[in-house]
Amino acid sequence: MSFRRRTLFWLFLLVFLPAQTAGGSELRLEPETLQALRSSRVADRNPAIEALGRIDGEAATGLLGALLDGALYVDKEDGTLLILSEDGQSRDALSGAGLASPDKTRLRKVGTNNSQREILLSLLSARRLRHPDADARQAAVEALLERGQADKDLLYSLLRDETAPEVRQRLEGALALLRARDPASTPEEILDAVRLLADNAPPNAGQVLENLRKAADPAVAAAAEKALYNLRVSAERASMLETLFFGLSLGSVLVLTSIGLAVTFGVMGVINMAHGELVMLGAYTVWGMQRLLPGQPGAALLLSIPAAFLVSGSIGALLERGIIRHLYGRPLETLLATFGVSLILQQAVRTLISPMNRAVESPAFMSGMLHITRNFSLTSNRIYILCFCLCVFALIYLIMHKTRLGLEVRAVTQNRPIARTMGVNAPAVDTFTFALGSGVAGMAGVALSQLTNVGPNLGQGYIVDSFMVVVFGGVGNLRGTLCGGLILGLANKLLEPASGAMLAKIILLAGVILFMQAKPKGLFPERGRAAEN
Amino acid sequence: MREERLWDRATILVTGATALACSLVVVCSLLPPGSPLHIGGYTVGLLGKYLCFALLALSIDLIWGYAGILSLGHGAFFGLGGYVAGMYLMREIGSRGVYGNPILPDFMVFLNWKGLPWYWWGSDSFAFICLLILLVPGLAAFVFAWPAFRSRVSGVYLSIITQAMTYALMLAFFRNEMGFGGNNGLTDFKSLLGFSLQSEKTITALFCASALALIAGFLLCRLIVASRLGRVFVAVRDAESRARFMGYRVEDVKLAAFVFSAILAGIAGALYVPQVGIINPGVFSPLFSVEMVVCVALGGRGRLYGAILGALAVNFAKTWFTTALPEVWLFFLGALFVLVTLFLPHGLAGLPERLMRIPAGKIAPAPKAGEPTGAEDGR
Repeated sequence: MSFRRRTLFWLFLLVFLPAQTAGGSELRLEPETLQALRSSRVADRNPAIEALGRIDGEAATGLLGALLDGALYVDKEDGTLLILSEDGQSRDALSGAGLASPDKTRLRKVGTNNSQREILLSLLSARRLRHPDADARQAAVEALLERGQADKDLLYSLLRDETAPEVRQRLEGALALLRARDPASTPEEILDAVRLLADNAPPNAGQVLENLRKAADPAVAAAAEKALYNLRVSAERASMLETLFFGLSLGSVLVLTSIGLAVTFGVMGVINMAHGELVMLGAYTVWGMQRLLPGQPGAALLLSIPAAFLVSGSIGALLERGIIRHLYGRPLETLLATFGVSLILQQAVRTLISPMNRAVESPAFMSGMLHITRNFSLTSNRIYILCFCLCVFALIYLIMHKTRLGLEVRAVTQNRPIARTMGVNAPAVDTFTFALGSGVAGMAGVALSQLTNVGPNLGQGYIVDSFMVVVFGGVGNLRGTLCGGLILGLANKLLEPASGAMLAKIILLAGVILFMQAKPKGLFPERGRAAEN
Repeated sequence: MREERLWDRATILVTGATALACSLVVVCSLLPPGSPLHIGGYTVGLLGKYLCFALLALSIDLIWGYAGILSLGHGAFFGLGGYVAGMYLMREIGSRGVYGNPILPDFMVFLNWKGLPWYWWGSDSFAFICLLILLVPGLAAFVFAWPAFRSRVSGVYLSIITQAMTYALMLAFFRNEMGFGGNNGLTDFKSLLGFSLQSEKTITALFCASALALIAGFLLCRLIVASRLGRVFVAVRDAESRARFMGYRVEDVKLAAFVFSAILAGIAGALYVPQVGIINPGVFSPLFSVEMVVCVALGGRGRLYGAILGALAVNFAKTWFTTALPEVWLFFLGALFVLVTLFLPHGLAGLPERLMRIPAGKIAPAPKAGEPTGAEDGR
């Protein structure tokens, strides 16, 4: 799936990049070629395309690309050829010089027909195949193989000049595939190809090997059988790794949304039903920041992390001062009041911003892929979020266990009256703790904005899950939250292939409810000497 | 502990007022349509719906106000009762459905199912369905609560897992494979026991049934609360450990309260469905359950009649706001949650006492401000 998407992405580049990167040296064309390009008859274009195909250089590539995209125009009066790019810029097709915005009525599109476009596409990809950049070559090879136009000689000639190992591997794989399929190959050649296929594993290898299994030659059939088995094992291993990774990724999201809750719920014993909305506000902060800094989604995203902390944290502090402070010792009432706050915040976002989802851009560094092995690659946004989650967790853990403030928070948690007699300003500690937990919720929102839709209901989808994580891990225990979140995330993804997403979630909820019966205080219960139950 | 009489002043007043108001509605709806006092079918249906919500709120108050169990998932039992009733109503459509299949409901024909799933067995018998309306929510509550109370899951933890339960049920009922119509739920009902659900007479009859169920439910709850069992409820609410040390089987007491309350909620759901004409997984959404809890809080918990008052007030407000000012409804509801918990800890029903400075407890036992868990944890 990811492979296919990657191919499409590169094809896209292949088609659209030429129109934009062309330029530089002046392109000199024969008069007949120019004439053919200017002609209003599409069929006249054939010799021009042929001639252009013989000219090397970026300028010719750009012209071919523009022709393919239908971005090449001819001025009906003076015969100038110009390229209109998508953003409305125009430049001379031959010199590459920028032009003042042309009079649209004087322009005529230089049209092409289907077979010409076919030729253009293969010309362009042939150029790309010799491109100095290895990634571009890889993409071109991919596109070539996708279209099924590669013959042995072309692949051999490409392989001879190729230096980049990934491209070589891809070419070798494709060649092995061709040889294995070729009826003219000798059994030795086929055996050799099968061996190559097994460790090279190009796409379609499975199908070819499947056919070879029924080959007349028993040695070939056995080798194909073995290769097929190896392929399946490695594919299974990859999908297992992928499941684990997705599980960890989901777990990291759960941990992120739950850490703040673990601080407010666990440490303070306050159930904050508005927690999900604080997460939502964090995600909206990213949106707002991107509106403030248009065109710099990366910088906006990084700036959003402290900004979201401040936004959600200050709302949390207000919430504590205004409402929760007056309800200490009444956890069920706190639950209702904060639920009310969550409704107000949701409706406020709907009224003030919009009831619709808002578009949050992903900066370039978040949208790449990390290829670990051939059929196992990780999306970088999920890796970043996993790292982000661990950083946030470490930060909170350090604050709670290595600073004076953390000490005071834990003291107040364990025994408020005695902490107060020791000089701890308990009300201030409460406000700080609540603001901290809320701020972390905001930071979780920043991460979520990169994974899901940013809308008024964003928080609701996570609130029940977050509670599950905190309760599962053991209230008042940050390590429990980390383990609980990762375990629930992994369990969810491991269940999903067998049962489907919805059922996996139901099973998990039921599982947590059952688990609570066995260990009512979670994975890591807090030890104490209080007589309660 | 103070003796509590079944027929105290408030009970007589509330029972009388409810009966009077409901009979007034019935009389007005039976007047000829031209008369100025006539109430149309739509309004009667709406009022009937409120009565069902009031019964649900009553069931929540019994466990929250007296036994100290805050269920954030009572909508689940309401929904289960509703779905059971919906099964019967679906079967009564018979061949009048879009696909005209005499046995299978439309959505099953649409999903290409060949026969009814086993759990739809007997859904064409009214008597059996009436039994199921009591049994299904009761059993579900028993299965859920028995292990929970035995392992002493209480307070906030219990609230959270009740919420998880209703959330899980919502996800389950959204699935088409469940055999309950998935996303759309059960709808397009035509008749009940042969009487068309569109006719004003049927609507009025259903209203009467809801009113009777509410009054009966209220009196039953009063009976329990005034009994010895009711006093044990309060003991468990106020000091669970102490009640246990004194030899009471706290988990059994709580279980009894929870199951009875779930059955009441199921009856409310079953009466709700024919009046509204649809049941879908929305009733399992955590928001619905919490809304009902707020009705109880607004009315004043630990009083029973407070729950009825709160449910009526909140739902009147909801109907008015969602038609007149839909934008403001959630602001209003949210503010209600906050203000009631902050400034009206005894709810609307506690207002007269506060205003007249009658010491709390003269009319009904006032709930203690602190929850048992909160007080005993030292938090």
